Amino acid sequence: MKATSDPFVRREMLAPAAPPITEAGAVKWMRENLFSSPLNVILTVLGIGAVVYLVSHIAPWMLRGVWNAGSLSECRQIIEARYGEGVTGACWALIRERWPQYLFGFYPSELYWRPVLAFVLMLVAIAPVLFDALPRKMLWFALVYPALGFWLLWGGSVWVPVMALAGFGVGYVAAKVVQPLAGTILASIAAVLAPVLWWLFAAGPVAAALESLIPIALQEVRSREFGGFILAFTIGFTGIAFSLPLGVLLALGRQSDMFIVNKLSVGFIEFIRGVPLITLLFTASLLLNYFLPPGTDFDIILRVIIMVVLFAAAYIAEVVRGGLAALPRGQYEAADALGLDYFKAQRLIIMPQALKISIPGIVSTFIGLFKDTTLVVFVGLLDPLKGITDAVRASTDWKGVYWEPYIFVGAIFFIICFSMSRYSMYLENKLKTDHR
Amino acid sequence: MSEAIAREIARSHMQVSDEIAIQITQMNKWYGTFHVLRDINMTVNRGERIVICGPSGSGKSTLIRCINRLEEHQQGQIIVDGTELTSDLKNIDKVRSEVGMVFQHFNLFPHLTILENLTLAPIWVRKTPKKEADEVAMHYLGKVKIPEQAHKYPGQLSGGQQQRVAIARSLCMKPRIMLFDEPTSALDPEMIKEVLDTMIELAEEGMTMLCVTHEMGFAQAVANRVIFMDQGQIVEQNEPKEFFNNPQSDRTKLFLSQILGH
Ligand SMILES: Nc1ncnc2c1ncn2[C@@H]1O[C@H](COP(=O)(O)OP(=O)(O)OP(=O)(O)O)[C@@H](O)[C@H]1O
Ligand SMILES: [Mg+2]
Repeated sequence: MKATSDPFVRREMLAPAAPPITEAGAVKWMRENLFSSPLNVILTVLGIGAVVYLVSHIAPWMLRGVWNAGSLSECRQIIEARYGEGVTGACWALIRERWPQYLFGFYPSELYWRPVLAFVLMLVAIAPVLFDALPRKMLWFALVYPALGFWLLWGGSVWVPVMALAGFGVGYVAAKVVQPLAGTILASIAAVLAPVLWWLFAAGPVAAALESLIPIALQEVRSREFGGFILAFTIGFTGIAFSLPLGVLLALGRQSDMFIVNKLSVGFIEFIRGVPLITLLFTASLLLNYFLPPGTDFDIILRVIIMVVLFAAAYIAEVVRGGLAALPRGQYEAADALGLDYFKAQRLIIMPQALKISIPGIVSTFIGLFKDTTLVVFVGLLDPLKGITDAVRASTDWKGVYWEPYIFVGAIFFIICFSMSRYSMYLENKLKTDHR
Repeated sequence: MSEAIAREIARSHMQVSDEIAIQITQMNKWYGTFHVLRDINMTVNRGERIVICGPSGSGKSTLIRCINRLEEHQQGQIIVDGTELTSDLKNIDKVRSEVGMVFQHFNLFPHLTILENLTLAPIWVRKTPKKEADEVAMHYLGKVKIPEQAHKYPGQLSGGQQQRVAIARSLCMKPRIMLFDEPTSALDPEMIKEVLDTMIELAEEGMTMLCVTHEMGFAQAVANRVIFMDQGQIVEQNEPKEFFNNPQSDRTKLFLSQILGH
């Protein structure tokens, strides 16, 4: 086989010659992306001009800012002393002094550790939901967290949230008992009805009884003392956590062949989407009291959360419906042909794909929901943007301050919303399996 | 030539039992007011391999989709493996878990890997332990000759490979009957053969098969019976040699002359 003389074999590749300067690196990039055509040149120049103009006006004002001062007038004095008569600058000292109020509202300051702990635990709870590299067992904590977070924030007897959680156990037991006796449909009804009855009539008295037996309680904090970002987070994150499942159910209801389920879902979605959120919030704060039995003290934050959840759920339902509509019929047929029942087909085949398609829309809805939490100011709650800022400006020290609090609150909202948007892109990429 | 002889020999081994797998009597179906299937009568014995052909729109797909109740019939009776198809969900689930179906467009689940596609139904419908389901799945992937693709996603496979995965996915449920609805008509010519080979192998193992196809070579190689449909009716059925050499009705003759390109 071996040839008499070895043929020439190249052992090392020749180094490529450097491309001409116009074809390499920054110059090439700029030519292709910034100056590829006359129109592009004009747009580049205008764009850079606009950015330079904005930055040159805003940046110096921000950089001249003062962090150490006791009042707005002190801020101004310091700046004028430093930069001369008539020069203005930001007064960040306000944020330095008042940030606890922006974060906690009028939450008792000796109890700040509770919302902080609740926040940290929330991060722990959502981590396994967001990143599936984490152990799946952590999801149990995510399921328990709502009750734990509630207890930390509002305090009171530990038995109230425990009994609220027990409602799910009641539903599970009810379904298990009814299933063999009356079939799946009645079992699902029992699974919904039993917990509702439990929460309405049994949970309260049982919790009270247990509390008198084994008293474990944290100092209670009333909803009116909530404010600032803990309010925004509480409403925003609860809203997000509950509106997604409700939205999915509504989307399925809207697709359903069952007449009543279908019409109720359509009616609900169209009604909620047709009404401004503020209307719903007013309804929550004023009208709901007329409908509820007198004497029921239905927490204002809870009422607002319910309205926010309903509002976002209607939007999510429509987004998810779009995802469902994008799935080819063949997916349903293949699931049917393999013998998967409706719920399994939805859970294993249809929803994973429909939700994946809907991620951008769902996250947009979440971002909208989170920003809309500032609207609770209209029902007298102290949202960070206007509620707290007005409270701060009402003090003589900070009267007349204008931009700084908005920039601060805006920046925090931006960080959170931008993270959500980035996460959604990460998720889309991760779930990309079609490789087309 | 020798291949044809080998086939002939294999065919003599393919047993058709007297046991009835599918019995359809006086079945009628409408889409709204449109009468798609008219007075269908048909008996399929266990181990029989039937090819259904006919012009486009003649109701072939509708007929085989009635057999696993992807479509509902309005009149008459369909009994599959002793279970009558009615609106009773239990019966439908029972039939579906015993009847495999392969679609023209594969209908693999794009968000799951090939292996997950194969094990999904065994795990969730048959309650097979995951480990066992994986083994069964790998066995069938080996049979359709693509075990090395197990951890890819459907979008990364060629059409022919996807269709073989779809066949393996059905087989993982250990079905007693397999339905094929034009399994090769979405494929490029060079991929058709690999799918047909898989189907022929299946036939040689004695699977009861109903196959809508225009692959007349396949019909001649493995079918016990060819059924010709037109306008929702079964016009003619016969053993393949007779069917192709000696068609009875004019409609069959016309169809055959078109499809065989005379
Ligand atoms: N969901 C439906 N609603 C109304 N009419 C339908 C529906 N599905 C099929 N049809 C009609 O029923 C007839 C039979 O359709 P079917 O799909 O069974 O034909 P086919 O023989 O499989 O045709 P092809 O070879 O083109 O697949 C066609 O005329 C078709 O237009
Ligand atoms: Mg068809």
